[in-house]
Amino acid sequence: MSIHLEVNGRAERVEAPPETRLLWVLREELKLEGTKYGCGAGQCGACTVHLDGERMFSCQIPISEVKGRAITTIEGLSKDRGHPLQLAWIAEQVPQCGYCQSGQIMSAAALLAAKPRPSRQEIVDHMSANLCRCGTYPKIVRAIERVSKGAGS
Amino acid sequence: MKQTTDPTASGLNRRGFMIGAAGLSLAVLPTLNACSSMQRAAPVSGPGATLPGPAQKLNAYVSIGKDDYVYILSPATEMGQGSLTALPLIVAEEMDADWDKVVIVPAPASDAIYGNPGFGNIQYTAGSMAVQGYYLPLRHFGAQVRQVLLSNAARRWNVPLAQLKTEPGCVVHSDSGRRLSYGQIAEFMELPATAPEVRSEQLKDPATFRLLGKRDVGRVDVSSKVDGSAQYSLDVQLPGMLYGVITRTPVEGARPIKVDDRAARAMSGVREIVVLPYGVGVVADKPWTAQAARESLKIEWDKSGLGWGFDSEEKIAEFSQDVRNLSKPGKPWGKVGDALAAMRNATTIVQREYRCDYAYHAQMEPLNVVASVASDGKSCEVWAGTQSQTLALTAVAQALNIPEDKVKLNVMLMGGGFGRRGNRDEEFVVDGVLLSNAVKKPVKCIWSREDDVKNGRFRPMTAHLLRAGVSNQRDIVAWQHRMASDNLMPFVDPIRYKQFRNTDVLAIIGTELRTYDVADRIAEHLPQDTGIRTAPLRGIGVGPNTFAMECFVDELAAELKEDPLELRLRLLHKAPRAQRVLREVAQLAGYGKPRTMTGLGLSYLNYNGTELGVAAEISVAEDGSIKVHDIWATIDCGLPVQPENVIAQSSGSIVYGLGLALYERITIKNGAVVQSNFYDYRIPRMRDMPEIHCSVIATPNAPTGVGQMTTPLVAPAIASAFFDLKKRRLRHIPFTRERVLEALRAPAHPA
Repeated sequence: MSIHLEVNGRAERVEAPPETRLLWVLREELKLEGTKYGCGAGQCGACTVHLDGERMFSCQIPISEVKGRAITTIEGLSKDRGHPLQLAWIAEQVPQCGYCQSGQIMSAAALLAAKPRPSRQEIVDHMSANLCRCGTYPKIVRAIERVSKGAGS
Repeated sequence: MKQTTDPTASGLNRRGFMIGAAGLSLAVLPTLNACSSMQRAAPVSGPGATLPGPAQKLNAYVSIGKDDYVYILSPATEMGQGSLTALPLIVAEEMDADWDKVVIVPAPASDAIYGNPGFGNIQYTAGSMAVQGYYLPLRHFGAQVRQVLLSNAARRWNVPLAQLKTEPGCVVHSDSGRRLSYGQIAEFMELPATAPEVRSEQLKDPATFRLLGKRDVGRVDVSSKVDGSAQYSLDVQLPGMLYGVITRTPVEGARPIKVDDRAARAMSGVREIVVLPYGVGVVADKPWTAQAARESLKIEWDKSGLGWGFDSEEKIAEFSQDVRNLSKPGKPWGKVGDALAAMRNATTIVQREYRCDYAYHAQMEPLNVVASVASDGKSCEVWAGTQSQTLALTAVAQALNIPEDKVKLNVMLMGGGFGRRGNRDEEFVVDGVLLSNAVKKPVKCIWSREDDVKNGRFRPMTAHLLRAGVSNQRDIVAWQHRMASDNLMPFVDPIRYKQFRNTDVLAIIGTELRTYDVADRIAEHLPQDTGIRTAPLRGIGVGPNTFAMECFVDELAAELKEDPLELRLRLLHKAPRAQRVLREVAQLAGYGKPRTMTGLGLSYLNYNGTELGVAAEISVAEDGSIKVHDIWATIDCGLPVQPENVIAQSSGSIVYGLGLALYERITIKNGAVVQSNFYDYRIPRMRDMPEIHCSVIATPNAPTGVGQMTTPLVAPAIASAFFDLKKRRLRHIPFTRERVLEALRAPAHPA
């Protein structure tokens, strides 16, 4: 079936069964590979995107449910990696293998969009949806607080 | 500077010869007219980066463009550990390159040219041996390049070589104020027939380093990892590419004997069902079609393979029986003196047992590969994230029965490795090659997370018996460590296993006493041929073995009524660097300060020359769950090549060790893995984090590894803290709630 999607401000049309998960359509049809496959079970957050500004596990959501809603992927978060969180991620040298980091940044961006000054505990609660096997968590907290506390980048 | 490696060791001579034989490896490149100005302003580094201009076959590390860009090949692969930056940085330091003008290009597969001297000269990125193994050869190579640049400038200006010096990216003649950039020299450079000789004393004084040991030199791969542009093999797209999945046998060695694929073949978009010796593959137009088709397969397996009926919970008791049976000798390791005789003469013998369950790597990127076999089947291009370029190349060539020079390997970033991507058979790479060969089209072969868990190759299960003989002077005079584990090296790499004279080095390593001074000592391996799939896992044998040994030292201290820190310092009386990391970590953690609600424990390790101390502060909830509040680590890895990354790696290794200590556990029933995904294989989340405090102690020694060094220390430090708080012992990792509650039911150790 043919489905119209709005991804990073662009209208897209894809052919796929309605139950197909958004992740695979983004990655393999629209070639937006920054969003990662990690578990397919809503457990790791590597596939996190924004749906109407809220974070969502794209590996869980069927494309039939995203019609007419604004999807943002890491590629659409900023031009030239200029989002304050991306700058903070570079300044803090957060990534190691890097595979989870698109999801981490999208997750953090949704948090700060809803709550620009979260407490440490709120950051930890929110970001615990995203796994990082390299264990970059302490640097992720520092990068988010660099933005939320206005320390600049 | 004290060098721990002899610069005239075989690795360097071999390279020197290679350089000479090739008429010097310095390739002069044309200017980058072909590149757009934007590319020139910000050249891409890392996987995906290629040498510019007409194809130049390089056979070593450095090329210089006439526009001053310096291309440095990185022999290691990148899985998050930072070698992609650190190794070229070493070359850049010695040749005095302008780091802002360095482009890092992944080296092609070649053991002869790029093999790791610290890893049997295989081009293998593992064991935290990249910086340690390549450090001296790369410094010498960088110095040779600098030497060639200097002598060319001297010739051009007709001045004595001794009057010249280098500054980043240029040669300077101070007397006349003349300067030539490396790119300008490249315009007229003449190359000597053989590489210039560089003696160790001609290398830079580390005190003058501009790049190594500096906190502000970042990793080259960071930018691409914050905007989704970093390329892993899963991200590769090719025209006409199909998608493959494989259902693998649950037990290694079993074969599919009956396959009902009627439903799968009837699905629209299914291209081929491929019966393999070890499984059944599906190739389809779309990834979701391949997955759906594979779920409809009905497969019957034969009963080949040893693992059928295997039950890990029963089997570990047999492992323990084996280590307890002192009349059965194991394969000796790290034997010094006569431990058994010394044991007989000892006043007291202390004996304890420990166990470790199977553990899973859980790298965030499930295994995958993209392969494209030519229509005649006689050549192949592969995009893979592998810990060994050359093993992957060989595995692909053998799978297709074609010469290795007919295989083109594109080295991709890895979404985590941790030892999972380096077994000699490179099975996840071969998967895609076989599927592509069946359809003669490009195939992206993807393991689901469930595939990655169920077909995991695990850290072996282990049982340990530790025995120590104590003299009437309270000295430890004899040490015996008997360890039973699944076969590791025979499965991982049968060739290297033979080279090591059938010693399972990967499993037994770490049982030797490197720094604890016990005169008579022996370790014994009792290998168990279980047929279970295994792989090195961050810390290899050092992980389980250090857990057992450090717990045992703690228990010995209790038996001797001595403080565990004091006992360790006493055993380390010949190792001042070791004493220092321990003293400093104890001080940072406030060791000895009275605590009521928490316990504090210590652990120590010399891991391939890196000295490490770890302290953990914990509390225990009524339900048996352990909360780790703080972890401190001190790391003396000699010169910290990238200090910020030393801390990042050590901190990440602690997080990894935390999961292994507290909850990560694979169980096997009837030969098959019970767990499936992150909902039943728990790994640490942000909310599980203690405060982590890493302290790097820079010492004037050649750099040693940092990628996995703190992982083994976490579990014993927690066990020690548990004893401090509860006066009871935890002797089996992971410390699940059930095990903690069971330990708490045991009588407390007498104060």
